[in-house]
Amino acid sequence: MTDFLNAIVALSNFVLIPGAAYGAQLALGALGVTLIYGILRFSNFAHGDTMAFGTMATILVTWGLQSIGISFGFLPTALIALPIGIAITGLLLLGTDRAIYRFYRKQKAAPVVLVIVSIGVMFVMNGLVRFIIGVGDVNFADGARFVINAREFKEMTGLDEGLALRSTTLITLVTAAIAVALLFWFLNKTRTGKSMRAFSDNEDLALLSGINPERVVAVTWLIVAALATTAGVLYGLDKSFKAFTYFQLLLPIFAAAIVGGLGNPLGAIAGGFVIAFSEVLITYAWKKVLVYLMPENLEPSGLVQLLSTDYKFAVSFAILIIVLLFKPTGLFKGQSV
Amino acid sequence: MTARGFLLYAGMALLIVLTGVFQGWNLALTILNMGLISAIMSLGVNLQWGFAGLFNVGVMGFVALGGLAAVLVAQPPVVEGWNAGGLRLLGALALGAAVLIAAVQVWKRKIGGQMRAMVMLALLIGGFFLFRAALDPAVNAIEAINPSLSGYLGGLGLPVIVAWPVGGLLAAGAAWIIGKAALGLRSDYLAIATLGIAEIVIAVLKNEDWLSRGVKNVVGLPRPVPYEVDLQRDAGFVEAAAGYGLDPVTASTLWVKILYSGLFAVVLIAILFLAQRALASPWGRMMRAIRDNEIAASAMGKNVTARHLQVFILGSAVCGIAGAMMTTLDGQLTPGSYQPLRFTFLVWVMVIVGGSGNNYGAVLGGFLIWWLWVMVEPLGLWAMELITSGMAADSWLRGHLTDSAAQMRLMTMGIILLAVLRFSPKGLMPER
Amino acid sequence: MAEPHLIGEAMTGGYGRGADILHGCTLSVDKGEIAVIVGPNGAGKSTAMKAVFGMLNLRSGSVRIGGEDITHLSPQDRVAKGMAFVPQTSNIFPSMTVEENLEMGAFLRRDDIRPTIEQVYDLFPILRDKRRQAAGELSGGQRQQVAVGRALMTQPSVLMLDEPTAGVSPIVMDELFDRIIEVARAGITILMVEQNARQALEIADTGYVLVQGANAYTGTGAELMADDEVRRTFLGG
Repeated sequence: MTDFLNAIVALSNFVLIPGAAYGAQLALGALGVTLIYGILRFSNFAHGDTMAFGTMATILVTWGLQSIGISFGFLPTALIALPIGIAITGLLLLGTDRAIYRFYRKQKAAPVVLVIVSIGVMFVMNGLVRFIIGVGDVNFADGARFVINAREFKEMTGLDEGLALRSTTLITLVTAAIAVALLFWFLNKTRTGKSMRAFSDNEDLALLSGINPERVVAVTWLIVAALATTAGVLYGLDKSFKAFTYFQLLLPIFAAAIVGGLGNPLGAIAGGFVIAFSEVLITYAWKKVLVYLMPENLEPSGLVQLLSTDYKFAVSFAILIIVLLFKPTGLFKGQSV
Repeated sequence: MTARGFLLYAGMALLIVLTGVFQGWNLALTILNMGLISAIMSLGVNLQWGFAGLFNVGVMGFVALGGLAAVLVAQPPVVEGWNAGGLRLLGALALGAAVLIAAVQVWKRKIGGQMRAMVMLALLIGGFFLFRAALDPAVNAIEAINPSLSGYLGGLGLPVIVAWPVGGLLAAGAAWIIGKAALGLRSDYLAIATLGIAEIVIAVLKNEDWLSRGVKNVVGLPRPVPYEVDLQRDAGFVEAAAGYGLDPVTASTLWVKILYSGLFAVVLIAILFLAQRALASPWGRMMRAIRDNEIAASAMGKNVTARHLQVFILGSAVCGIAGAMMTTLDGQLTPGSYQPLRFTFLVWVMVIVGGSGNNYGAVLGGFLIWWLWVMVEPLGLWAMELITSGMAADSWLRGHLTDSAAQMRLMTMGIILLAVLRFSPKGLMPER
Repeated sequence: MAEPHLIGEAMTGGYGRGADILHGCTLSVDKGEIAVIVGPNGAGKSTAMKAVFGMLNLRSGSVRIGGEDITHLSPQDRVAKGMAFVPQTSNIFPSMTVEENLEMGAFLRRDDIRPTIEQVYDLFPILRDKRRQAAGELSGGQRQQVAVGRALMTQPSVLMLDEPTAGVSPIVMDELFDRIIEVARAGITILMVEQNARQALEIADTGYVLVQGANAYTGTGAELMADDEVRRTFLGG
């Protein structure tokens, strides 16, 4: 019995909790991608760098706050800085839209042209982030490190296996839940949110109904700024901030959005968790859990790791290919343009 | 080529010459050599995008596969490694391939849906564990042998030039797999799929030490040209160098680079010639017809997906060839140095700036953007020093700006790409 | 005689810079009446309706509603002037619920839209039952009801329908025509293009037969049905 509990604790500690946090971060990122796809109808390659920019803006504000002695108690200061970071990112995205994307929208350019344009934007944003904050690792998490740490947990329960709940994990889950709830409330209950869904569903009819496309697009960019910055800050708090890592997040985020069904917000969330848990499950060394469950003579000798963690991209990729082959519109029905 | 084209090429040549005059011929030749390779990559992407409208953002993967080919072909075989587990490893790989083929065959059978999926899944999962069981001991045995110096299987010990076509073949193979899965779906899906395969190729190169020594890098690849030290010992060469008023060290460095330029130029011209022939052939016309109107083309009985697969494989193979050449030029394979911004998206900037759909444009774009890529850093530093010259020498901002000048590259490339897309979307040398 | 509520007079024009499709075509409908445009394929029926709605540029002619010249207004501005248009295809928001579709129809209104929604539900009772269902999941006939209902949400004085019965079964078609008559009785002017000419002319107060972008025959529905020439040529005997 204790073995079984130990196994559960080990599983939660190394698989379930980290997987859930990572899934929430991916889901927020994929929501941004899917909204842009639904409203502006292109795959935004600059999304990873938008996340990096938002996080950088938040970090700079955090440093500013810290330097004047403001902190958030046991919570990270970055959470106070987050709204300001979102506002800065929102301004950047609105400016980008005004200066760059709007021209192609007026021309009714093909989606692939917009994708290439977004690659140009990606270069600029990437350069901007590297220029301002550099290429190194930045750790900006302060406040309490753990809600429960492994030692306390062991003492509390008397189990051999410790369960550590890092505060950043909890913050990630709570913040992501709030963000998603707000987003869905906005999309389903407000006039502007509904007009966004209408625009995404049927652009021509939305115009006939008097919905102002420029307003819908502007609101979309603002929401994307909020989602991307939140996703980026949560990821950075949980791990650390590095410009290149954020660029690489593009792949699992796109995979999540496509697996869920591009243009479908519910799908993006489901996709985020599917991708995150698959990555963690397949790259986790199962020995730790199995030693408690198997009889002693059958205990595994190796790590029982299906793939090395360096292959986590391969996991997102494999899931992506499987979904594309069997259900090209994704798990939830997405748009097919 | 039009008069405008000649002028642009003359301008490009002038840029390289000016670089030689002002910053030294060594740098000019270095830029020229990478420019030649970039031009080939750019041609490969232009085949896919300019001819067929295929959006490949996995160039880095194909380039890296070419690099792997250089190792597998040119490095001497590591006999101890082969003895330790070489055959076993090949057996494991064959087993893995057999499992995949069997799974595909099961899937193609027209038997009841549920049953078929279950059988395939069981086959794949069981096959995976079998594969790992066979592979892991072999890998451990191979990697255990003198890990600091070898710890891998080595290559075939053939001349490194052979690696160039082989690199093309490896890339073509990968392109076939990815094309089978993602072509015929929406264009964004191909983009994401290629982005993924590129990351996976790099992950394999970084982790499969038995294959490529991973992050320990493979250095000292054999060369297709003489070594500088040998030239310096060659009395005839030293004499000839003295005839031009050059000391043997400088002369040998330059001469090696010139030899590389010659080799690369031959490959570039051959590929350019073939690409031009292809563009003008009925096949090329059909490709462009498909690009311009897929529905009409398929209504005329053209198998769009099959044509796309062809051109996708060809373009990727060209990128593979360029990758093998690049690794040959570097003399080493360093999996950690493959960055998507540099090897995928920069090539895209080359194609768009040069003029998508125009082979000469793609080549020009390759040279021009590479030249800029190299020159932006000193130019940026110079600009930053100019901007910050009024600031106090120990000011924080001045230090930060000067340190960050190196990051100007990406921003400059992005701005160039955006400006070309906006004001001259057909590029410097338009298709027609 | 007072001017008809809606009139598109001597309209000539085509799409973009292309050749003219309409050649001096005139359409007019009195308040609360039903006008139907019929004619062979390619006669410019839909084009004529789109011209009235401002979706193509007229080189000459004019469009007036309630005596006011709206020739130079955009479709969006015409909606504000009391026109509503139901396109032939993609005329609903498929992933939104029936009720949300209706709300979107009233997007520009700032007053209470509840009573109008109730009116639409009274007109199409089935929609009340399916109000929470995504419009894309409904049957073809029900989707058309959603589309018409959405258009009615702006409380228009003119409702324009582009082949509302395309692709629905004959029973559903009769049902839909009955509803359209009901809408007209409520004082809304109706202009529609119909493929099912015979059934459409039966309910029409005025019928226009267009040939090659010009008026070929005009008369009440009954007159056109009685005309041998029209019957032989356009109604299949």
